[in-house]
Amino acid sequence: MSSPSRLPFYIAVFLLITAGISLAVWRHVELGIPWLTGEQHPVWMVEARVDFNGSNQPVVASLNVPEQPPGFRILTEQAASPGYGFSIIDKSGSRRAEWTKREVAGPQTLYFKAQFIPDPGAEPIPPAQPPKTRRLFWEEPQATAVREILAQAEARSSTPESMTRELIRLMQPDTRVQNTTLLVSEDNYLQLLVNMLNHSGIPARTADGLKLEDARRRQQLTPFLQIYNGERWLTLNPKTAAQGVPDDLLLWRQGSESLLDVVGGDNSEISFSILRQTIPALQLAAMQSDGNGLGFLSFYELPIEEQSMFRMLLLLPLGALVVAFMRIVIGIRTSGTFMPVLIAVAFVQTTLVPGLVAFLSVVSIGLAMRGYLSSLNLLLVSRISALIILVIFITAGLSIFGYQMGFNTGMTVTFFPMVIIAWTIERMSILWEEEGGQEVLVQGSGSLFVAICAYLLMSAPLAGHLTFNFPELHLTILGLILLMGQYTGYKLSELKRFTAMKVYD
Amino acid sequence: MDWISPRALNRLGMLNMNRRNVDYIARYNERSSYPLVDNKLKTKLAVAEYGVKTPKLLQVVKHQHEISRFREMAEGLAGFAIKPAKGSGGKGITVITGRDGDGYVKASGARVGASVLERHLTNILAGLYSLAGTPDVAIVEDLVESDQSLARYSHQGVPDIRIVVFQGYPVMAMLRLATTASDGKANLHQGAVGVGLDLGTGKSLNAVQFNRPITLHPDTGLPLENINIDAWDEMLEMASRCYEATGLGYMGVDLVVDAHDGPLLLELNARPGLAIQMANGRGLLPRLRAVESLKRPHFTPRERANYAMETFASL
Repeated sequence: MSSPSRLPFYIAVFLLITAGISLAVWRHVELGIPWLTGEQHPVWMVEARVDFNGSNQPVVASLNVPEQPPGFRILTEQAASPGYGFSIIDKSGSRRAEWTKREVAGPQTLYFKAQFIPDPGAEPIPPAQPPKTRRLFWEEPQATAVREILAQAEARSSTPESMTRELIRLMQPDTRVQNTTLLVSEDNYLQLLVNMLNHSGIPARTADGLKLEDARRRQQLTPFLQIYNGERWLTLNPKTAAQGVPDDLLLWRQGSESLLDVVGGDNSEISFSILRQTIPALQLAAMQSDGNGLGFLSFYELPIEEQSMFRMLLLLPLGALVVAFMRIVIGIRTSGTFMPVLIAVAFVQTTLVPGLVAFLSVVSIGLAMRGYLSSLNLLLVSRISALIILVIFITAGLSIFGYQMGFNTGMTVTFFPMVIIAWTIERMSILWEEEGGQEVLVQGSGSLFVAICAYLLMSAPLAGHLTFNFPELHLTILGLILLMGQYTGYKLSELKRFTAMKVYD
Repeated sequence: MDWISPRALNRLGMLNMNRRNVDYIARYNERSSYPLVDNKLKTKLAVAEYGVKTPKLLQVVKHQHEISRFREMAEGLAGFAIKPAKGSGGKGITVITGRDGDGYVKASGARVGASVLERHLTNILAGLYSLAGTPDVAIVEDLVESDQSLARYSHQGVPDIRIVVFQGYPVMAMLRLATTASDGKANLHQGAVGVGLDLGTGKSLNAVQFNRPITLHPDTGLPLENINIDAWDEMLEMASRCYEATGLGYMGVDLVVDAHDGPLLLELNARPGLAIQMANGRGLLPRLRAVESLKRPHFTPRERANYAMETFASL
């Protein structure tokens, strides 16, 4: 039966549907646009608090702030410190927040807040040039001790990583030999490690990490060791030699020498408070879409007014889908092909019950008036024109009447498309004269039924969310509608209509 | 609620709305041929060249000012029919069967003044009954006087015979009888009675009204089982000829039998309804497929009509 020319059609439909779905999935993965409306994402709010005492001098307080911490992305940053000049300065691989003030006396408190989103894929950009090692001059007898320990570690290792691990193991209290005891004291352990690694030709530095736990105050940073393995910086725990950054660890400082410098103040200290927050996933996606190449596919960058217009427009395909389904597969008769969609759009603005009441009253008053018009023997065009004006009178009347009676819902009639209502009345009226009231009832309730179905679908929060945030899903809707255009099976209503054929079966 | 299963419908070969639209109308009917059947005036002229007779054309009213001439013309006539050229489904057709002083008598027996008819013409010109609401012309035709053998079955109105013609082959036929419910119109969905006709002989098979089987005409009370259409082969050939005239592969041909002029073509329909299957108690699909699978189609209307009479009498 089916001619060969239909194959390309089905391929095209298949492509449309898969393109719509895969684009949506891609954007969901890349931009993190959520499938559901209420989806929330955890965000860590970290507040750094700097305290110091002013001593009547100009003050520069400079705090290292995170830049590309592994495993996190920075969502927002802000500083709170009344009376201070503030700026964030990027220089030579370190970002610093700088507060400045001319006259400072007494205890001072500065705040820096930042929100971090966990993102397992976030990695710092590797340095363009390999970092250099700093050679240190060791005095005897330390020089000999260092040489021997390094030789020992080197003998048991093959790579910078294993070398570092061996070195850390050798420096632990339980494995300490005479040489190490000579070198290690309680407070120079990490710096010693860094110096020794540098001495052996492995670039090494310290970093500070913050353990993220909900609702913690007055937290301090824990030191970490970082070495450069020829490709990128690796983070190691200086005590256990465990490599990598745990999921709940935020590296606040890496690559910069000092965490906090205060010039013109004394007794400076820093502490951190941590709070776990959730923000709507959608808001998150919208905030991040600017910088992403995929952002151009979305409506987030349009002005708000246009956005809300598109919100409405993008619902229309859903209505069209409902109408196509109801007419082709179910077989419900409606008056006017897409009149139900337009009514449904009006319902979305008026909400269902007030909309239904308004619509039914306008149409029934209009039908009564049309009865008089039909006896006037007018030409079609002027009859419709007169009807449009009458419909406007009716709407205005209902609005004013409703308002005076104290129902604000009376105003909602104005959302209905006047011309469509006028045509609906005209068609219904002719139908009434020609086919009788029953057909008017059948088609009228059919139209209303389809309109209500379309309304229920279009007003579902999920539908609005998906159509607006994944506009590419409309390709899928288009594919489905095209597919329905090829449906040659029985309509549901035909199973009823052809019932009498049972006797011949 | 009573339902029939889709499988049973398939067994019966019932053609449904979607398949008719996609597999038959869209595939076999050229869009450019539609105006020919959607406009009764054009149909008349087109089929005349192929020897298909239609009711005599009395007047064409194209403009508002021509309506005054209608009154002059209608003065001397006893019966006539006013039709919108682009009307569909019998909408806007007014049949005048006689005079009553200054007034006119409609087929229903109601008396109307000339002004009512003029208003009706105005409405037709404005496009009230045309398919897309476009401006239309009105045609005034001679009244068809139905052959008595058939007319007695019908309540008011003229009984007509609908034949579905597929690629020039008549595939199914039914007789449509007006009833009170259908207000003298021969439209099945308005309540007219459909009587299925055996393609081989022109004898009635069974009858339906409002999609339900009946055996007696609801108004006249006459049994519907022994109706026999005269000159059946002539009618089938006539229907078959309309294929050459219009080029439409799938269409409905509406014929009437006039007491004086014999079979006349009333109108053509590019989207014939599906109720004909209920009247026949048979599905269209087996017959349509039989025609589609013909390796060597017949060239003359006569041959096609003969083929249909032989083949589809039994199907």
